[in-house]
Amino acid sequence: MKPRTMFEKIWEAHLVRPATADTPAILYVDLHLVHEVTSPQAFTWLRERGLKVRRPERTVATMDHSTPTTPRGRDGKIPVLDSAAAAQIATLEKNCADFGIELHKLGSEGQGIVHVIGPEMGLTQPGEVIVCGDSHTSTHGAFGALAFGIGTSEVSHVLATQSLLQQPPKTLAVTVEGQLRPGVTAKDIILAVIARLGIGGGTGHVIEYRGSAIRALSMEERMTVCNMSIEAGARAGMIAPDETTFEYLKGRPRAPQGAAWDKAVAAWRQLPSDPGATFDREEKFDASTLEPMITYGTNPGMGMAISADIPAAANATAQKALSYMGLTGEKRLLGHKVDVVFIGSCTNSRLSDLRAAATVFKGRKVADGVRALIVPGSQRIKKAAEAEGLDRVFTEAGAEWREAGCSMCIAMNGDQLKPGQYAVSTSNRNFEGRQGAGGRTFLASPLTAAAAAVTGRVTDARDLI
Amino acid sequence: MQPLNTITSKTVVLPVENVDTDQIIPARFLKATSKVGLGSKLFADWRFDAEGKPKPDFILNRPEAAGATILVAGDNFGCGSSREHAPWSLTDYGFRAVISTSIADIFRNNSLKNGLIPVVVDPATHAKLLAAPGATVTISVEDKTVTLPDGSQVSFPIDPFARYCLLQGVDELEFLLSQDKEIAAFEARQSR
Repeated sequence: MKPRTMFEKIWEAHLVRPATADTPAILYVDLHLVHEVTSPQAFTWLRERGLKVRRPERTVATMDHSTPTTPRGRDGKIPVLDSAAAAQIATLEKNCADFGIELHKLGSEGQGIVHVIGPEMGLTQPGEVIVCGDSHTSTHGAFGALAFGIGTSEVSHVLATQSLLQQPPKTLAVTVEGQLRPGVTAKDIILAVIARLGIGGGTGHVIEYRGSAIRALSMEERMTVCNMSIEAGARAGMIAPDETTFEYLKGRPRAPQGAAWDKAVAAWRQLPSDPGATFDREEKFDASTLEPMITYGTNPGMGMAISADIPAAANATAQKALSYMGLTGEKRLLGHKVDVVFIGSCTNSRLSDLRAAATVFKGRKVADGVRALIVPGSQRIKKAAEAEGLDRVFTEAGAEWREAGCSMCIAMNGDQLKPGQYAVSTSNRNFEGRQGAGGRTFLASPLTAAAAAVTGRVTDARDLI
Repeated sequence: MQPLNTITSKTVVLPVENVDTDQIIPARFLKATSKVGLGSKLFADWRFDAEGKPKPDFILNRPEAAGATILVAGDNFGCGSSREHAPWSLTDYGFRAVISTSIADIFRNNSLKNGLIPVVVDPATHAKLLAAPGATVTISVEDKTVTLPDGSQVSFPIDPFARYCLLQGVDELEFLLSQDKEIAAFEARQSR
């Protein structure tokens, strides 16, 4: 039998019907994650057609994008002051109640960023096809799943039929060999990959991240890598499941238990790409030469080593980006003034990210004039961080410790930059206005973000740790 | 969805590469629970100043752009967020096609489901279109061609099923619903 990639194995195992000359393949979906922003219209269309949700037990909802992260009131509730957001939240509650869908609502112990809670509950498992109306669904590929973002029309397709029409993508192997140096993190790997591929370089492809540097990563670090696959234009990113994956999943509430666990692990061991399997394309990286990375422009592909010179604008689009960023004529980013630091988002809001940031904050103070927001990815992470005292490290330093949600990554929930402000953010997008109209974003790792918070400048965290 | 075959229109040229869906419609406008009226938010931060007044230099605010239904944009149009609000805002504004040298995957998929034709052309054709804002071009879904003002024609790729859906004005959900037996058979196989 022809050696197959992990992508091909999962794809073929989910074909309701292969593609024909006239019709795309029909692909079955194992897990559909739903949130408040990209689902309301889909539920409306179901009602208009008198349709039910085909497999409610394969559908899980939470609220994260438009929900505030402001601290709870005395009643223990998180106040929603924005009437449009409140309406959207109420709409999701009604839709989930009417269609029988599990919902982790605002304020509940299971609530959090959709791409954080799926893995946390053990819902995200190797070999699954996972979709969500959110481009960062690629995060779940860290478990050896085929996971990708869809639009709202497709959300309605999956709700009604548990299936999607799909054209097969191409495959791209991103091989990262060697050992990272101290102070260089998973976020730096993926920012370096995107800087080389470019923001459109992965279009039409599913990435498989491979090599010794990838295998050495924890599950949380692997999620950071897969999360940003879309920032190179790739639909999905995936990493072969191994002992690290199984150890993370074992005992999680929604993971298989007992005999079913052993059976599942045996099947999962068959998923990695076969020796000799071919990819449409391969890109190789040497982890041992990577530096902490930071972006300087208005897309995630405009990244560089933190101590590097800002590349000269090669065309009008790059010139527009530098002008928006207020960096025309600037030589370097190192030492550049910072107004806001945001540590959070589906890229970097997990416990290990918070621990890394805390190593920098501990015993230091947030610099004068800097606002630092620390936003855990889920209520469970918040609780775990508080149990080990991380919240006190942050608040004693003068940072804000918030409720779980997407927060300033998407700036549609009250957390946002003011026009002209500079932020170092651990999130995934530095597009114009992404963190608030007129705001300017430098993307970086939690270590680099924390270092900027305590110095008020773009700083190489290795000077502080 | 209305059947869609041929579009003839002058073009609007937005010569910016990597236009992301946050530019097409900023996230703060995604709190809507319907898709009606999003055209008023299209390119909001490029189109309007902080007080909400139109920026006179932005192409959509210029008189020559009025009535155009074909947008010619730089490479990699529609990258970033999966928000279907992006094609909703473009179509609500009046656009029926986007021409570029490449179009991001999710945006392309979303566009095809909303009667917005994603047209990818070669760099030479693209350069001609960028250099001639306001040129009248014709896009045929049936023939998969773009006809330029000089009469020259180039073809563009489009998935056969998406093309069929555009031409007939049918949506993919109808087709998927008609596959109920096959889906049930798959579920039976999977649960064994």
